[in-house]
Amino acid sequence: MSEVIEIAERSAEYLAYWETLNCRFPEADAVFDECIREAKALLSPEGVDTYIENARFIGKMGRGVEPLLIYLEEAPTVASIVGEPILDDIKDFCLFLSTNTNFKAMIPFLQSLAAVTRSLHSYEQLHHYIDILKNMLDKTTASVHGHHKTFPSPGLPLLLEQAPRLLRALSLEGFKNWVDYGVKYYNNHPERQKDYFCLQSPDAVAVMQRERHGTLMIDHERQLDLYLRGLWQDHDYLVPYSSAFDELRKPMPYYDKLGIRLPDVYDDKDGVSGIDRYRATLAHMAAHRRWSNQMIVDNWSPFQRVAVETFEDSRVEYLAIKEFPGLRKLFLSLHPIPNEDDLEIEGESMVRLRLALLSRAILDPDFEVKHDDIRESVKRFFIEMEKDGVSSSDNMASLALSFTARTRRQTDLSPKIYFENTEVDYRDDNRHLWIYIEQGDDEETQFEHLEEQRQDDEVNALPPRHYHEWDYNSQHYRPDWVSVYEAIHPAGNVNVIDNILDKHSALAKRLKAILDALKPQQKVRIRYQEEGSELDLDVAIRSLIDLKSGSQPDMRINMSHKNDGRDIAVMLVLDLSQSLNEKAKGSSQTILELSQEAVTLLAWTIEQLGDKFAIGGFNSNTRHDVRYSHIKGFSEHFDNEVKSRLAAMEAKYSTRMGAAMRHAAHYLEAQKADKKLMLVLTDGEPADIDVEDDQLLIHDTHQAVKELAAQGIYSYCINLDPKADEYVQDIFGKQYTVIDNVDKLPEKLPKIFMALTK
Amino acid sequence: MSNEAQYTIKEEPFYQAQGDEIELYEAAYAARLPVMVKGPTGCGKSRFIEYMAWKLGKPLITVACNEDMTASDLVGRYLLDANGTRWLDGPLTVAARIGAICYLDEIVEARQDTTVVIHPLTDHRRTLPLDKKGELLDAHEDFQLVISYNPGYQSLMKDLKQSTKQRFTGFEFDYPSEAVETAIVEKETGIDHELASKLVKIGAAARNLKGHGLDEGISTRLLTYAATLIKGGIEPKAACRMALVRPITDDADIRVTLDHAIETIFA
Ligand SMILES: Nc1ncnc2c1ncn2[C@@H]1O[C@H](COP(=O)(O)OP(=O)(O)OP(=O)(O)O)[C@@H](O)[C@H]1O
Ligand SMILES: [Mg+2]
Repeated sequence: MSEVIEIAERSAEYLAYWETLNCRFPEADAVFDECIREAKALLSPEGVDTYIENARFIGKMGRGVEPLLIYLEEAPTVASIVGEPILDDIKDFCLFLSTNTNFKAMIPFLQSLAAVTRSLHSYEQLHHYIDILKNMLDKTTASVHGHHKTFPSPGLPLLLEQAPRLLRALSLEGFKNWVDYGVKYYNNHPERQKDYFCLQSPDAVAVMQRERHGTLMIDHERQLDLYLRGLWQDHDYLVPYSSAFDELRKPMPYYDKLGIRLPDVYDDKDGVSGIDRYRATLAHMAAHRRWSNQMIVDNWSPFQRVAVETFEDSRVEYLAIKEFPGLRKLFLSLHPIPNEDDLEIEGESMVRLRLALLSRAILDPDFEVKHDDIRESVKRFFIEMEKDGVSSSDNMASLALSFTARTRRQTDLSPKIYFENTEVDYRDDNRHLWIYIEQGDDEETQFEHLEEQRQDDEVNALPPRHYHEWDYNSQHYRPDWVSVYEAIHPAGNVNVIDNILDKHSALAKRLKAILDALKPQQKVRIRYQEEGSELDLDVAIRSLIDLKSGSQPDMRINMSHKNDGRDIAVMLVLDLSQSLNEKAKGSSQTILELSQEAVTLLAWTIEQLGDKFAIGGFNSNTRHDVRYSHIKGFSEHFDNEVKSRLAAMEAKYSTRMGAAMRHAAHYLEAQKADKKLMLVLTDGEPADIDVEDDQLLIHDTHQAVKELAAQGIYSYCINLDPKADEYVQDIFGKQYTVIDNVDKLPEKLPKIFMALTK
Repeated sequence: MSNEAQYTIKEEPFYQAQGDEIELYEAAYAARLPVMVKGPTGCGKSRFIEYMAWKLGKPLITVACNEDMTASDLVGRYLLDANGTRWLDGPLTVAARIGAICYLDEIVEARQDTTVVIHPLTDHRRTLPLDKKGELLDAHEDFQLVISYNPGYQSLMKDLKQSTKQRFTGFEFDYPSEAVETAIVEKETGIDHELASKLVKIGAAARNLKGHGLDEGISTRLLTYAATLIKGGIEPKAACRMALVRPITDDADIRVTLDHAIETIFA
């Protein structure tokens, strides 16, 4: 019944459109008038015609009412942004989808279209976007099951849902690269493809980071750390948070016990480079850390709190600028310029605007404020600051409380809050300022409590470090592909190691003889020196005879001694994978036991030589879990602690060698030495359970060897696998030894080392 | 004696005391105790010794040590001449003969077998055996031995032997406080107070990075170089980059950070 009434109410014009649409869905009927109204406001009359024509088409595709409804609602906006020709592209793509096994993707496609359009802005871009989708769908649809395109693309609907997010952060080109990456690596794994395209998997996020525009925190972490240390004598963990996903509530920088949180990326803004924006943010927080005190806030209203914050922010910046005058310019470029005239606007809460005016006026000597109370407060602020130089958080609080009292307005309580040009986005959220006395049902304190608990969990395990991995098929690195977890190796019984040393005391004696020949401080005599430490009598007499007999004497009658110095840093990387538990051929001992003996003797040897030396062990259980255990650090001696770790050596899981070498290399790289050597002791080829292609990790490890060489690190493999010849050369070139008789390892390892470093 | 005159300091060197080091040194000298001055490069160690030599009116013989230096470089050696060989005293021997203060700069750079030749001079014997010449030299009563030593910069390998260390009284120097350092830069170069204090701030920023990619911070010496350049008309920021940043680092991140420090301090 009601249908009839509504139709009856339609104007002739609307009725004509309705008839063109020729549609029986009551849901469409219900929204139709509203949609036409919007379309007429946004589109040309021809545009409205096309809009209706295409809607009719979509309504008749036989895929239900939903595509039609979304089209009716979204299409006018999209066409108004990028032009009306897009309406046909939308229709065509919907047609394409509807005749295809991927017809379900039509809904997310249409749903996300308006948001996508807002990021892309132009017809060409949107057109490209659709091409990218087609391409993706082509590849991911066909490849699931051979020849028949029977299965829809697993990733496409998810991709469409994420598209607005992705495009807010990425250029279209970056988007394309991101999509291509997912297609390339997850074509054969529907589940992983889904994880990737809904931005769940770590590499999805990592690749996205790589494709982002702007200045990435991770790329500048060291510079920021140095900034904080150098200029502020401060340091802390710098932890990035994602700024791409939260649009409603933009997360703010902050710091707490776990570190300083910064956005993962800053675009250049108002002529300020990304790195300078980071510096401004850090400077502001460093200033708080230097000069702010905590305050008890239980008795303050929310308005009073924001006022206290503003005064305190201004105070620490005032002090920071005194220290580093260049900061004023930086802060000024980033601080919004609030519009005082808007104070007149009725019915909105102006608390934020008044405070922004105050803050700007303090920062900017050229900024004029008419508002008397604000002017007065600015004046008081400067009087306070010029008194003894630093003032205090508490003094700011009293200025702030009197400011709130004086400027209070009825409208402050209005639910509609004026926000324009009041957000100072380089300032942190000031959570460090507050102390709550009343524990209890306060949400924030409960939250704090939770935070603390999480912190405890995190302290026990270091966060993983991510390393890339080389894919030889595509000649391409997979970024942040492998997660390496480092931990101190558990301790065992020191006696085990001391017994090994006893057992091999004869060997140790023999080694000692070679050692003495290698030891630094070995002097070499250099003869024929014009200046030297001693007269070389033979030469001197010869010269004297020459002189007396009237011929030209050789003046180089001295000799000197030179130290044959060693400046070597050695990193020993131990394969601790499952296969070491096997008995060595022709021996009653396992490979692990023999390795343990060999490493013990090597450690003893190197300790004698005094070279810089570290030991790490590794194994892996897929790329998500490569474990690296710290057995001996460069700064540690071969003492009981280290011995007890060696004693507890254990073998399990697989051998993802490249990642372990890259990880070990970052320690070796930090060492100062003329020569850097990485010894890899392994019983087999690199492998892991999540890699089917056994060449992949061989190539990756070879790539790691090349990377290390570029860092000045010489890698050398000691391989216990009798079949090693098949692959070890591909990885290490000529830099390897295969030990066939594993029994002899304890003797051989130190000798190999000494030969290498002679 | 002409030798002595050659080593005498005629004009008063400018030295800004950081504490009571002048009095302490005078006491050490009065007892002829050997002195070790420790501290980072360019913090005023050499200047201090120079000043003390002037104040005490004693000649000063300075030897810059290096790893190629041998005992003969200190003690002396035979040279060839028309009549055969001729002995030539090394600087340490000269100092012991004429009663000078002998300053061995950066002693750790010298090899340990070189360092031991100073041992007999540093205990009650106060003698210097010239083995090759067959002479046992008794040190002049004014003679004093001073060594300098920069603990921050050497590797473990190069540390001084305990038996050497324990023969000296020690003066520990560091970069002066901001106020003192500003005064030094001002007086040494004649630039104004404000400029000097900005230079000192940049120095402080670099010193905070020690151990994070910098082996040594910016020394007082470099600060005076920068000030001298500015005094000579070079634009301050350019002078700072040239005198303070470029010499101390090749590390891009550190350079960027220090360049930024210059920008933000000289705004
Ligand atoms: N206390 C001071 N008084 C006057 N000048 C100083 C003082 N400290 C440093 N300087 C200035 O710094 C410069 C470097 O000082 P000096 O040569 O004494 O350093 P140093 O500690 O001996 O360094 P190095 O270890 O490199 O030999 C001096 O030339 C002088 O300009
Ligand atoms: Mg010196």
